[in-house]
Amino acid sequence: MSDDRMKLWRSMDELAQTPAFEEMLHREFPSAASEWTDEPSRRSFLKLMAGSIALAGIAGGGCTRTPDEKIVPYVIPPEQLVPGRPLYFATAQTRGGFARGILVESHEGRPTKIEGNPDHPASLGATDVHAQASILDLYDPDRSQTVMHGGEVADWNAFLAAMAPVLAEHRRRQGEGLRLLTRTITSPTLIAQIRRFLDVYPKVRWHQWEPINCDNAHAGANLAFGQVVRPVYRFDRAKVIVSLDDNFLFDHPGSIRYARDFISGRRVRRDRREMNRLYVFETTPTITGAMADHRRRVRPSEIERVAHDLAAAVASGNASSPAATDLLGHRGAGLVVAGESQPPVVHALALRMNVALGNVGSTVVFVDPPEAEAQVNHVESVRDLAADLKGGAVRTLIMIGGNPAYDAPADLEFGAALKKFSDTAGNRAIHLASHDDETSFLCEWHLPLAHDLESWGDARAFDGTASVIQPLIAPLYAGRSAIELMSMLLGEGATSSYDTIRNHWRDRDQAGAFDAWWEACLRDGVIPETTSKPKQVSLSSSQASTATEPTSVPASNGVEIVFRADPHVWDGQFATNAWLQELPQQLTKLSWDNAALMSPRTAARFELIDVGNAPGNDVESSIIEITIDGRSIEAPAWILPGHPDDAITLHLGRGRTRAGRVGSKVGFNACALRTSEHQWHVSAAQIRKTGRTMALACTQSHQMMDPHGRDPVHVAPIARYDSVAAPKRKNVSLSLYPQYPYEHNKWGMLIDTNTCIGCNACVIACQAENNIPVVGKDQVSRGREMHWLRVDAYFGGDDANDPAGPYFQPLPCMHCETAPCEVVCPVEATVHDEEGINNMVYNRCIGTRYCSNNCPYKVRHFNFFHYTKQIEGPLKLMMNPDVTVRYRGVMEKCTYCIQRINLARIDAKREDRAIGDGEVVTACAQACPTQAIFFGNLNDSAAAVTKLKSEPTNYGLLDELQTQPRTTYLPRFTNPHDADGAKEPNPARAEECHPERTREGSACPNPDASERLSMTRPAGETS
Amino acid sequence: MTDQVIQPGHTFATVTDKIASIVLTRPIGRGWLVLVVITGFLTIMLSTAVGYLLAVGVGIWGVDVPVAWGFAIVNFVWWIGIGHAGTFISAFLLLLRQDWRTSINRFAEAMTLFAVACAGLFPLLHLGRPWFFYWLFPYPNTMKLWPQWRSPLVWDVFAVSTYATVSLIFWYVGLIPDLATLRDRSRHRVGRVVYGILAMGWRNSARHWHRYQMAYLLLAGLAAPLVVSVHSIVGMDFASAQLPGWHSTIFPPYFVAGAIFSGFAMVMTLAIPLRAVYGLKDFITARHLDNCAKLMLVTGLIVAYGYSSEIFLAWLSGNEFEWYMTTNRMGGAYGPAFWALILCNVVIPQSLWFKRVRVNPKTLWIVSLVINVGMWLERYVIVITSLHRDFLPSSWGMYYPTIWDWATFIGTLGFFLLCVLLFIRVLPAISIFEMRELVHETSLAPAPAAAEGGK
Repeated sequence: MSDDRMKLWRSMDELAQTPAFEEMLHREFPSAASEWTDEPSRRSFLKLMAGSIALAGIAGGGCTRTPDEKIVPYVIPPEQLVPGRPLYFATAQTRGGFARGILVESHEGRPTKIEGNPDHPASLGATDVHAQASILDLYDPDRSQTVMHGGEVADWNAFLAAMAPVLAEHRRRQGEGLRLLTRTITSPTLIAQIRRFLDVYPKVRWHQWEPINCDNAHAGANLAFGQVVRPVYRFDRAKVIVSLDDNFLFDHPGSIRYARDFISGRRVRRDRREMNRLYVFETTPTITGAMADHRRRVRPSEIERVAHDLAAAVASGNASSPAATDLLGHRGAGLVVAGESQPPVVHALALRMNVALGNVGSTVVFVDPPEAEAQVNHVESVRDLAADLKGGAVRTLIMIGGNPAYDAPADLEFGAALKKFSDTAGNRAIHLASHDDETSFLCEWHLPLAHDLESWGDARAFDGTASVIQPLIAPLYAGRSAIELMSMLLGEGATSSYDTIRNHWRDRDQAGAFDAWWEACLRDGVIPETTSKPKQVSLSSSQASTATEPTSVPASNGVEIVFRADPHVWDGQFATNAWLQELPQQLTKLSWDNAALMSPRTAARFELIDVGNAPGNDVESSIIEITIDGRSIEAPAWILPGHPDDAITLHLGRGRTRAGRVGSKVGFNACALRTSEHQWHVSAAQIRKTGRTMALACTQSHQMMDPHGRDPVHVAPIARYDSVAAPKRKNVSLSLYPQYPYEHNKWGMLIDTNTCIGCNACVIACQAENNIPVVGKDQVSRGREMHWLRVDAYFGGDDANDPAGPYFQPLPCMHCETAPCEVVCPVEATVHDEEGINNMVYNRCIGTRYCSNNCPYKVRHFNFFHYTKQIEGPLKLMMNPDVTVRYRGVMEKCTYCIQRINLARIDAKREDRAIGDGEVVTACAQACPTQAIFFGNLNDSAAAVTKLKSEPTNYGLLDELQTQPRTTYLPRFTNPHDADGAKEPNPARAEECHPERTREGSACPNPDASERLSMTRPAGETS
Repeated sequence: MTDQVIQPGHTFATVTDKIASIVLTRPIGRGWLVLVVITGFLTIMLSTAVGYLLAVGVGIWGVDVPVAWGFAIVNFVWWIGIGHAGTFISAFLLLLRQDWRTSINRFAEAMTLFAVACAGLFPLLHLGRPWFFYWLFPYPNTMKLWPQWRSPLVWDVFAVSTYATVSLIFWYVGLIPDLATLRDRSRHRVGRVVYGILAMGWRNSARHWHRYQMAYLLLAGLAAPLVVSVHSIVGMDFASAQLPGWHSTIFPPYFVAGAIFSGFAMVMTLAIPLRAVYGLKDFITARHLDNCAKLMLVTGLIVAYGYSSEIFLAWLSGNEFEWYMTTNRMGGAYGPAFWALILCNVVIPQSLWFKRVRVNPKTLWIVSLVINVGMWLERYVIVITSLHRDFLPSSWGMYYPTIWDWATFIGTLGFFLLCVLLFIRVLPAISIFEMRELVHETSLAPAPAAAEGGK
């Protein structure tokens, strides 16, 4: 509860903290804990088997959960369980409370890999980095393992015993002084439980705090329609999309789905050359901005004005800017979206525009928000709680998930309030969380939260579709789910969460035959007929709120600060995940750190060194001090091309202090500047250069394509399709030797860079599938990251302040036909097989590293140290049993997921047939939200990959080197407005209107408004 | 004076006394002792660095991706290059009947062996799994696996191991008559036994001499092509890769020239202090210095031609990658290393056109040192700058040597010098019997110039 709490000890050993005592403590309490941290003993192996049998039984029809204690001999295997063959279970995983359907691969009872559920509307079979990485959370050795009471190990019985009189007292007082704090919750069962709890304790206040919440969207909907509704977009139907600082390809609860829908309008083939058009007005460069056909960098204070101008143009039918023209020209097929970071008025304006343009019902529908109490403003809710904590109105605080001591608005000083609260006698703070984190440290009781893969639950997706979350494994530690905790608090302790959820849905299912229905729900991962019905909405009569000019005045000369969720660690909840920490950021390619992102011009203004153009992986970056209202933090500066000038982006979620061995003290904590008044941006910040520097690890610091005359990504406006249709260099052999005849299978891959959004899901999917180790910041800064698949990002154009792109290029092994790596290996450790795959024979490799030197793509990665040594304890259970865990001193690289090919080959052989198209899907292709990666047999002329390889635009990277890569690419196209009718963009004409190059527009009847609306140079102009 | 390969006035006895006394009678000097302690310490540092490397992994060095070869390969090529002078002097010059080689061939050969030993360490240590180094050899095994013959690294293994073996035999065979001399002159029983065993029963009979000369000539014939092959193959380690900066057909000849260049520089670096300290100026005369300096000048010019042709061809090819590599090599992050290399290997050696520089031991010694540094830099530039920025800008990186890289490199320098110091004290640094032969020949020859120029 407090740092200086009196230290109690039981023996001299404890006082001295000897290892022997630690060991005793560990053995004494959690029954399974220590066994899991050790190598799996036979006993725990059998337990695991028992769990897997129970789970296999679930899928087979039986739905009872075998008590953890019972050991079942593995003599007669259950019907579906074939050792060596994985089983897949449909379940769901949440981000920000919203469900995304997943399929979990389970090997002999161990979940090892997460895939998307094709039947789930928020997934469609794809995943994102967070879904992929959550398997690591399950086996995280730092995950909370026991109940902690005042810093001492306790157990659930002790907690229940301690809570009984407290709850009795609160019941007597109708719940007065009892508070509940949750994150955003969409679980119907949990919501019903909380409602029941509120019935029992009517005076309980239920607070909600989700750091990346939907307050503004909800308020905007309220402003426009007079009710809180959630827009569900249909990007597949939109021809013109305008994003007002909305990173809809990544940030939304439905982003995985949205990405697929959006890209479906951009799959350029020889016979299909239409593309939708995306306009993005944004502050922080995002992957959505990278996909834009017109991107305009806008300071946060200007976006509202941009929205007003656009709304005015749309309302008046005045086609003053390309965006307005396009929207007006595509009534019913346009879409305006606003980002959560924008104030309610921008959301309202976007909604109004969609209504005015007749888009409602076609490209956007409105549904009831799936989350509980959507009308609650999270900032106000947590502000009230903080005030009451300070004011003494609270006696007992129950926190289900969340980490408010870290991520609550800085001005609330939630941590201090909670500490003071906990220090007061008679007050109780209870925190259910996966890790013993910053908040747990300040609470009397810390309760371990079970992982989604080890507990029952349910959740709704962005469109309301509900899924049952089913466990794949018995809890590794003493964790319990939120539903189980609520059952305890409700006095339903005997009911398992499985029964609680079944009972909840049994009530709803009136049709009878519940068991069959339930089985179908579990099997499919989706509960039928739960998708929300579109709601009829009408604009509220009062237009006063949105019709006026913006209230926020752009800051005149200060530096504006923008807060954004970190694409990887999000609001900090994934900070304990080493995969996500190490994963290079989508645009900056920074690993293990966040930074103060700014444009080159802003960096020059503050005389910061040119950190964006450093020669290697380790970059010395100037540390700046950012001060807002007396609160200040220090952050390393980083140049991000495309960032608006005089603005700085800070990503939330890093700088945690109690996030285990992985997440603690990584990066800086931007939450310390984020106040309840200014959740997303602040206009007046003081920047001071400290004169100190720190090293950042960046995996790709040379991002401008132009300077060296290279074009790794072919880019062209769609109107100039033919310019890339006949690649300069044909991918044909000039060799005098005959080509090897591939008689059976001939594997090949194609990556459509036009549909790659650079979300990194493939990278983590590859890491999870192929047992790729994490190496840490020091090793990354030495250029030793191990990701077999990397996503290169290249900016186009020659203006680093306002570049085109970046264009993404995922880079797995090319599996060259004439692989340069093979001829130089002295021991034949890398060889071609008869199906065309460049194999890596780990056992034969002695580590000369010549193959890497001779690889023009540098896709080979070397175990400079024994990196996999860190895979110990529970992490060993996570390893894919079909993939070798590599020892120090061997080279490794992409294998085209050869273990999956082999599995398919075994099946095909047994059935005496050829491997069919689509039977082998590599991990990267499977995870890809936009289906940009195609893999298959090039000897099969009907295979999707073979057909695409015959596209005239198909090109091999560096194929002039005669490597004949097996992995080839389709070019990136842009669809700029000016290029309609094959007109070239004409900067000269634009400059007549606006001399400043970065502010050029096309036609300028109304210089002011059109300047704000018009875009800078259309993307893709470079080629 | 410079024509002399041995100062006049020497007889068989004085030659034998002078050279054998260094081994047999000369007391251990303080300077020698201090140097042995220092180099011994460096050798311990080397073994520590190697021990840590074997325990933890090659990650303790600065190598990374893209620069997967670092100091280890730079040092390997440098040491192998140094190891060229000995065999070149012994074999090539013997076959060409250059009698001036006689007084420097012995320690040049010893130096070769020690340099090759140092060189051999690096490719083994730089392996990810050095304990499997023997997989590089075509030994019979249950998997019926042989090395991959297309890889130049396999050729390298054969080239270097053959070279090391032949050099060792050549050196040892050359030592046999002198070992017998030491056996006969040694006053210690230990010395007599040890030298006696090593002398293999040499009795100085005419039949011995006859067979000996034949064997020595044959070995020289065998060793001479190896001088060319080893560094050609080392050059091919790079040339057969497709990396810009490595993929160049000029590499084999220019590597051989560079090797002889650096080898002679190392010979001079060692010979000049040696002749001063041990009073061998009569045997290693200004003529020797002059000849070696001329050879350095010639090979240095070949190397310079190599550099310019590389640059010219990169430009001529019109290949964007080649040309970028060239400009980046000159003006990029490692530009200073390139220009230092040009200064050391091209500019400063031009002073050797002047006889005054060639025959002055001090200036020659400095130039030799500079060339040693320059040749090391050359390999550094070739290995590092080519790798650090190749085809795709996304994979570019930097290479920073770590303290362990330096410890290993400096450790091998210490080990090398320690071997040289011990060699000087236990074996005749100059071939006694060949010097006697030289005395015989010069006294037979009319050599009027010798008599006049002497005093």
